[in-house]
Amino acid sequence: MKNRLKVLRAERDWSQGDLADRLEVSRQSVNAIETGRYDPSLPLAFKIAELFELSIEQIFTSPSKENDQ
Amino acid sequence: MTRNQAVKRYNRRVLALSLIYALLLCGAVYLFVHHLLSGPVAYVAAVLPALPIIGIFVAIGRYLVEETDEYLRDQFVRQALIASGFALSVATAWGFLENFDLVPHVYAYYAAILWFAGLGLGACFNKFQAVRGAA
Repeated sequence: MKNRLKVLRAERDWSQGDLADRLEVSRQSVNAIETGRYDPSLPLAFKIAELFELSIEQIFTSPSKENDQ
Repeated sequence: MTRNQAVKRYNRRVLALSLIYALLLCGAVYLFVHHLLSGPVAYVAAVLPALPIIGIFVAIGRYLVEETDEYLRDQFVRQALIASGFALSVATAWGFLENFDLVPHVYAYYAAILWFAGLGLGACFNKFQAVRGAA
C-alpha cells in the first residue's frame, strides 16, 4: 500500500530507527511499511496516524485509489 | 532485532533445549550401545531425545504468541509455512520412492530435520523478498 511515511519521517528528521522506537516496532517493520511490502494492521495504522497527528487517509493511499494518482 | 525480547527468549529456550537434546541423545546412545536397557524403560529412554525437539516446536509457538511486532510475526509465520510445505513435500516424495524400493529407508525423525532446513529456506525467501522490495 502506497504511503507518505518516508516523507513525513524526513520532515521530522527522523531515521527509520527513530520512528520504529516511537511506534514500538522493529526498524524492519518501518522499512517494510515505507516500501509498501507490508500493510500494517488497523491498530498499527492508527498508531502511525496518531503519532503524526494526521488521519490514516492522509498517510496511506487506499488501494482502490492508487490508479487515480 | 537483538533488542526484541521475544527473540531473546526464543533464542535462550532453543539454546537450552539444544543442550538438553545433546545430553539426552548421548545418554541414550551410551545406554543402548552398552545394552543396558530393555523392556518399557528402553522405550522411555529411546523417546527422551525427542522431547527437547518437541520443546523447540513449543518454543516456536510461544515466540509467535509473544512477538508483539506484527511484521516480524508475519515474516516468521511465512517462514514456518515454507518449512512445513518443504518438509511435507520431500517426506511425501521420499515415501513413495521408498515404497517402490528406489531409495533406502530413512528414519521418520528426518522430517523434523527437513522442517528446520525449511526454516532456513523460508528465511532466505524472506530476505529475497525484502531485497527485491527495497530495490
